[in-house]
Amino acid sequence: MADAGSLINWSLLAFDPPGWGGVMLAGLWQSLQIAVGGYTLGLILGTGGAMGKLYGGPVTKDLLEIYTTLVRAVPELVLILILYYAGTDVLNQFSALVGFGPVDISGLAAGIFVIGVVQGAYSTEVLRGAIKAVPAGQIEAARAYGMAPTQIMRRITLPAMLPHAIPGLSNLWLIATKDTALLAVVGFSELTLVTRQAAGSTKAYLLFFCAAGVLYLMITLVSNVLIGLIERHYRRGMARAA
Amino acid sequence: MSDPTISALALTELPTKASMFKPHRIVLMAIAALLVFCVIWFMRWDWVPKYSDRLVHGVGVTLLMLFSTSILGFFLAVPIGLVQVTGPWPLKVAARVFCTVIRGTPLLLQLWLLYYGLGSLFPQFPGIRSSFLWPYLREAWPYGVAALTLSFAAYEGEVMRGAFAGVPPGELEAARAYGMSPFTVFRRIWLPRAVHRALPTLNGETVLQLKATPLVATITVIDLYAVISKVRQETYITYEPLLLLALIYLCLTAILVVAFRYFESRIPTRGA
Repeated sequence: MADAGSLINWSLLAFDPPGWGGVMLAGLWQSLQIAVGGYTLGLILGTGGAMGKLYGGPVTKDLLEIYTTLVRAVPELVLILILYYAGTDVLNQFSALVGFGPVDISGLAAGIFVIGVVQGAYSTEVLRGAIKAVPAGQIEAARAYGMAPTQIMRRITLPAMLPHAIPGLSNLWLIATKDTALLAVVGFSELTLVTRQAAGSTKAYLLFFCAAGVLYLMITLVSNVLIGLIERHYRRGMARAA
Repeated sequence: MSDPTISALALTELPTKASMFKPHRIVLMAIAALLVFCVIWFMRWDWVPKYSDRLVHGVGVTLLMLFSTSILGFFLAVPIGLVQVTGPWPLKVAARVFCTVIRGTPLLLQLWLLYYGLGSLFPQFPGIRSSFLWPYLREAWPYGVAALTLSFAAYEGEVMRGAFAGVPPGELEAARAYGMSPFTVFRRIWLPRAVHRALPTLNGETVLQLKATPLVATITVIDLYAVISKVRQETYITYEPLLLLALIYLCLTAILVVAFRYFESRIPTRGA
């Protein structure tokens, strides 16, 4: 049993090749790219979904309900596997049909697509709740002024719902950053998988997993500070403790 | 996490029966039925009977993981929530740090940290190797249970903190005025009222916990997800096992939601 000093070999975290620090930072960069991309795609899908659920026709509403129900009831890991295989398969068959032969889909694009579809369902629900929290009188007043529906959306509904949406959306961002770890299971070399490879080849499991934990925690803490600033900006003029 | 966010992440309500019979829904259901028929007819399902025993066993392991970690995690969440409201500052800080760290890192990473990290550390201590715990520590499931329990405790601890803080102080003052000791106040008034306040979120948290259980398959616990992975490896079928897996999780979630509805309807509430 070695003493504590020699148990921790800090040189393993060095940035140059014998150390794994550079590899881990590259993994972190991949994770961040997927998180930002997936979250943005999710927001776009979620905005459309929330509009469809609130103002769409009956069939649109039902189809969106099926989408959000499935995503909220099935584990992300399972969804990621299904979307990953089905997505690449469908794209390949489509390109074969058009006559291009098999295409090579980048792991990054697949990861963003997968996280985006999952996040889309979550943000649909968050945004729907936020839009419903806008007092009906404000929208009626806008209509009474003769505003067109898109104008009402742009000028009244979106600005008024933002304070209600921000806590939920910031939680979704934190979940997006953590969900990128699940892509390790489909073999995409983001931070968690890279960490496992580093730990496996050096046998310094605790050191590397703790280091990765610190990196993830830094993302969360930095995000929390930024979220606090954004929230303060958009909540100005509102009563405290809603 | 606030209540609406949890319901955005986890299914907490089911559609009512009466709403099913609208004209457009009947058309949609006909299309769905056709789709299901196509799936059953044109895809390969001949592997299901061969693996049915293992699938049932896998469902059992998944449910066992879900319930044991939820219950253990809840018991851990009560003190975590309580010390954040009334505890001395070192405990307060410790509970806050615990919640931040667990909620700020992916569960998969925590799981691997415990399994690979601690799992590789334990054999170096002769004291642990010779203890009665060693046969268990060599297996994977204790690490899965530990990781899932800690995760549930951290998320539910935040909920319990809000619930403890939200009990009206007048009720606690009244209890104290009756001459109850601090522990009696906690046992008879504070805890029951806080649990009551936390119940609506418990449904969502439990569904989220169910959605987290397949991660234990990555550390070789043979749960439902691991059985399906095995099927895919052995039969080289890509989609059918995954579809069945999604369907089973959908059913488990629906059963959980129905069960929580039933229990919630049995708890008496005044007004509303």
